[in-house]
Amino acid sequence: MGISVEGARKSFGDFQALNDVSIEVPDGSLTALLGPSGSGKSTLLRAIAGLEALDAGRVLIDGEDVSGKPTRKREVGFVFQHYAAFKHMTVFENVAFGLRIRKWDKGKISARVHELLQLVQLDGLSERYPSQLSGGQRQRMALARALAVQPQVVLLDEPFGALDAKVRKDLRTWLRRLHDETGVTTIFVTHDQEEAMDVAEQLVVMNEGGVEQSGSAADLYDHPANAFVMSFVGEVNRLGNHFVRPHDMSVALDRDEGMEEALVQRIVALGFEVRVEFVLGDGTEVWAQLTRGELQRLELRQGQIVYLRPGQTKSFSGDSRPGGDGASTSPRRRGGDDAEVSAAV
Amino acid sequence: MSAPSRWGLRALGLGYVFLLLLLPLGLIFYKTFEHGLAPPLEAITSPDGLHALKLTLLMVAIAVPLNTVFGIGCALLLVRHRWRGNVLVDAAINLPFAISPVVIGLSLFLLYGTTGWLEPALAEAGIKVLFSVPGMVLASIFVSLPFVVRETVPVLQEIGTEQEQAASTLGANAWQSFWRVTLPAIRWGVAYGVVLTTARVLGEFGAVSVVSGSISGQTQTLPLFVEKQYENFNLPGAFGASVLLAMLALATLLAMNLLKRKEDA
Repeated sequence: MGISVEGARKSFGDFQALNDVSIEVPDGSLTALLGPSGSGKSTLLRAIAGLEALDAGRVLIDGEDVSGKPTRKREVGFVFQHYAAFKHMTVFENVAFGLRIRKWDKGKISARVHELLQLVQLDGLSERYPSQLSGGQRQRMALARALAVQPQVVLLDEPFGALDAKVRKDLRTWLRRLHDETGVTTIFVTHDQEEAMDVAEQLVVMNEGGVEQSGSAADLYDHPANAFVMSFVGEVNRLGNHFVRPHDMSVALDRDEGMEEALVQRIVALGFEVRVEFVLGDGTEVWAQLTRGELQRLELRQGQIVYLRPGQTKSFSGDSRPGGDGASTSPRRRGGDDAEVSAAV
Repeated sequence: MSAPSRWGLRALGLGYVFLLLLLPLGLIFYKTFEHGLAPPLEAITSPDGLHALKLTLLMVAIAVPLNTVFGIGCALLLVRHRWRGNVLVDAAINLPFAISPVVIGLSLFLLYGTTGWLEPALAEAGIKVLFSVPGMVLASIFVSLPFVVRETVPVLQEIGTEQEQAASTLGANAWQSFWRVTLPAIRWGVAYGVVLTTARVLGEFGAVSVVSGSISGQTQTLPLFVEKQYENFNLPGAFGASVLLAMLALATLLAMNLLKRKEDA
C-alpha cells in the first residue's frame, strides 16, 4: 500500500517539528527517512502511525485519508527504538498479542506465531521473557510482533539505534531480505546515512522539520540539491563556497596550476582506506580519502608540505555566501515558496 | 568504609530498630501469652470482640477496593494526562498524610453532624452517618486514600507510554491496553499500595474513634476495642486484640509476598 503525507505540520510548544512536509512512498518500497536528531523524521513516522496528531495536513494510506482514524484502526506495524516489549509476557505472548486482540482461535494463533518466530529465527526462545533476550533478539521479536497481524505498512523508528555495530549490520541485511520476501511497504527512520543507503531504495532527507531532498542513494550522493544534503549524505570538505568529497581530493608532491599548498597534519589508517588530514594556508582543515597504495606511492609523512587539487567541486546557489562556479547548481526544494536557506555545515 | 565504622553503623541501625520497634512489639506478644492462650482468646471470642473483628474486616472490605480503583484511576490521570489542575490534585491527595486523623474525624463531624451541612438532607433520607458504620467507612477511606496513588504514580512514570503505544498499533483499544498491558506492568506498585491501605484501615484509630462514638458491640473496631479493654484494666483482652491486629497486617504482607514469589518462580 502506498503512503502519502500532504502538507504535514506539527509543533510541540515553540518547537516546529514538521513544517509543511509532503512525501510520497510507493507501494511495496523500502524507504528511509534520514536526518539529524530534531529534524522531524520520527514525528513524521509517528504521525503516519497516528501516534502523533498533526496540526495540519493529512496522511493517506493506499489512497485513503486516515487522518481521523485512531492508531489501532490504521493497520500499521510499528517497531520502536527501545523495542517496547511487553515485559510481563513471554516471546510467544508478545507476538500473539495482536492476534489475541483480533480474537483468532488458539490453534491458528499458535501456528502463525511459530511461523513468524521461525522467520525472525527466535523459534527456540518462545517461552523466554524479554529480559532474557539480547537487544538484537528483542528487536527481532518486536518485528515479529508487528508483522504477525499482517499490517498494510511497516514503520520502524530508529530500529537499530540501540544496538551495537556488529548486530546492527546483521539486522540491516536481514531487514532488507525480509522486505524482499514480504514485499510490504516499509518506512524506517535513521540518522545513519550509511545505514539508510545500505538498506533503502528511496531516501528522504529531512532537516529542521522539512524535506531537503528525496531520491535514490546514488541520486542524493551524485546530485545533492543543496549544501545540507551534500554534507549529510556522504563525507564532504568545504573550501570557501565549494564542496568537495574527500575521495575527489588529489594529492601531489609537486606544485601545479590550480593547486593549493597544504600541511599534512595527521594520517589515519582505516584498513584499505586511509584518511589524511591537512591544514591549508588560510587555516581551513580538510581531509582526503586515499587508498593504501596511493599513500605508499606518495610516501606522505606528518608535517610534510604537499599540494592539493580539489576534483569535482559543487556549490549551491542561494547559499549563505553568493557566487561560486561549481559543477552543479540546483535550488533547495522545500514545499511551496519557502526558499530561505540555512546551510548547516 | 573501614571495618570498625561499618560495624558501628550496623550496630546503630540494628539497635535503633530493636529498641524502638521490636522490643515494644515483642513485649506485647510476651504479655499476651504470659498466662497461656486462654485469657486473650476469651477476650477476642467475646461477643464484643468478635463484633469488633467483623467490623474491622468490613472496613477493609469496603475501603480497600474503593481506594484501589480510585487510586489507579487517579494515578493514571496524574501521569498520563498532563494539565494544570494536576498540581492541585497531587497536593490534595497528600492531605490525609498531612492532617491529624483526629482533625479528619472532626471535619466529618462538621459535615455530617447535627449542625452539619449535609445533615438535613441525610436526615430526610433516613441515613445515619455519625455513630454508625457509614461514618466509619468514610473516615477509613479518607485516611487511607493516598497509598495506592502514591505507590502507583512512580511505577506508571517508569514504564512510560511505549508499551501502550505498541498495544494500540497492534489493534488494542484503551480498555484492552489497560487490562493487558498497563495493569500487569504496574501490578506490584498497586499491590504494595493495597497492602499499605489495608494496614492503615486495620489500624486506624483517631478518625474512626471520633466519628464512631466507640459503642461496644456496635461501632467498635479492633483498635477501639483494644483501647476500651485497656481502659477497663482488661489487659489480656487488650493484648490479645493487639496481637490479632498485628497478625492480620502480617497476613496481608505475607499474602503479597507469596503471590509475588509464585509469579517469579
